[in-house]
Amino acid sequence: MSKLVVVEKQIVVPGEILAEGMDFLPGKGTFREGENIIASRLGLVNASGRVVQIVPLAGKYLPKRDDTIIGVVKDMSYSSWFVDVGYPYEGSLSMKDATAEFIERGASLSDYFAVGDVIITKVANVTKEGNIDLTMKAPGLRKLNGGRVIEITPFKIPRVVGKQGSMIGLIKDKTGCTLFAGQNGRIWIRGSSPEAEKLATDAIYLIAEKAHTSGLTERVGEFLEKNKLENQK
Amino acid sequence: MKYAKRNDGRKFNETRPITAEVGVIKNAVGSAKFQIGKTIAIAAVYGPNNVFPKFLQKPDRAILRCNYNMMAFSGSGDRVRPGTNRRGKEIGMVIEKAFENILDLSEFPKAAIDVFIELPQTDAGTRCAGICAASLALADAGFEMKDLVCAISCGLVGDQVVADLDYSEEAFEGGSVDIPIAMTPRNGEITLLQLDGEISKEDLKKAVEFGKEACLKIYEIQKQVLKAKYEETKQ
Repeated sequence: MSKLVVVEKQIVVPGEILAEGMDFLPGKGTFREGENIIASRLGLVNASGRVVQIVPLAGKYLPKRDDTIIGVVKDMSYSSWFVDVGYPYEGSLSMKDATAEFIERGASLSDYFAVGDVIITKVANVTKEGNIDLTMKAPGLRKLNGGRVIEITPFKIPRVVGKQGSMIGLIKDKTGCTLFAGQNGRIWIRGSSPEAEKLATDAIYLIAEKAHTSGLTERVGEFLEKNKLENQK
Repeated sequence: MKYAKRNDGRKFNETRPITAEVGVIKNAVGSAKFQIGKTIAIAAVYGPNNVFPKFLQKPDRAILRCNYNMMAFSGSGDRVRPGTNRRGKEIGMVIEKAFENILDLSEFPKAAIDVFIELPQTDAGTRCAGICAASLALADAGFEMKDLVCAISCGLVGDQVVADLDYSEEAFEGGSVDIPIAMTPRNGEITLLQLDGEISKEDLKKAVEFGKEACLKIYEIQKQVLKAKYEETKQ
């Protein structure tokens, strides 16, 4: 007899038994031991059909192919840039993938991206050894000018964006800021004033703190409304 | 020498009172405080980080680096000389070994996971308190691991097998044997077992039994505090 030992959305710790029997399949953040499925990280249980998986509550960014992320240019060589993507090892952006323009022989690469530039980029490929290949050849990928970048746990980015971008749309509306959330947990904010950027930052930190609760959009709406009024006084 | 009643009146298989907390250091990826009796351990996890010198890198997995440090006036005896020392290095190494097969290090090839264990106040059983704190901190940081790790020191005081020796028992004039034990609570795998002194086979078996019993108690506390961090804000 197979049965689920835990309930949906329950918080589990590593090593807890989630399900007994071979009818269930181990998903992300779980593994099989004998006939049981065991949690391997701290998170919320998500059992959809036969697959039992863990939605992590904390953790570091693991690059995946096709992730759109925010990176910082750290270094460059003759034909490529090295970009910090929030992972222990830098991603490499080669000349061929960096721009559609023709780069003349002997041109300085810093005319395109200089050290310290913040860019929206995409993960083209990740090898098993953790080498990350980046590309700028997709719609919306560009160098970012002005604003600020904040960092939260990457697993909370889906909550910051919300269903069909509802949450991020709300913050944009109420603060008048331009926002971009990268899948590596970095969020770029540019507003008309430092106060507006601060308000958007606070709202995002609030989401990150309460990410596992329900009714979050209303709560953030209230928070923005309350602080907006104070700003106007 | 006979040891009929424990100095602080505990039962022979009873541990000192335990409290724990996670998320005590905001700048760390994961952190925890673990207190057993008067022994306090604080663990902070950072990383995955770059590894230098480069020859220490493992191409297929991350390395685990544990740093164990007793603070200068943490003990009841002399001032502990600050900085790296051989004892601390060795304990750091055995703590690494206690976690090596529990953590999924292949998730971050070539990188390092750093664990810092600080002991602001000590009353024996420091490496076990350190392991308990490190286990909580690693889980709090969201690393993949097969199980939590619980640890307790058991041993022989005079002629009596006891669980969780404090400093007065470790320094018992009739002689004492200290056995730090770390295990995974789900299937009772032992990841650390050290022995300092002389003990009979029967007593050792009994000490390990006491240790397993105490570890399961610690596990319940660990589980509870990890969940409490998120349930508080759930409302």
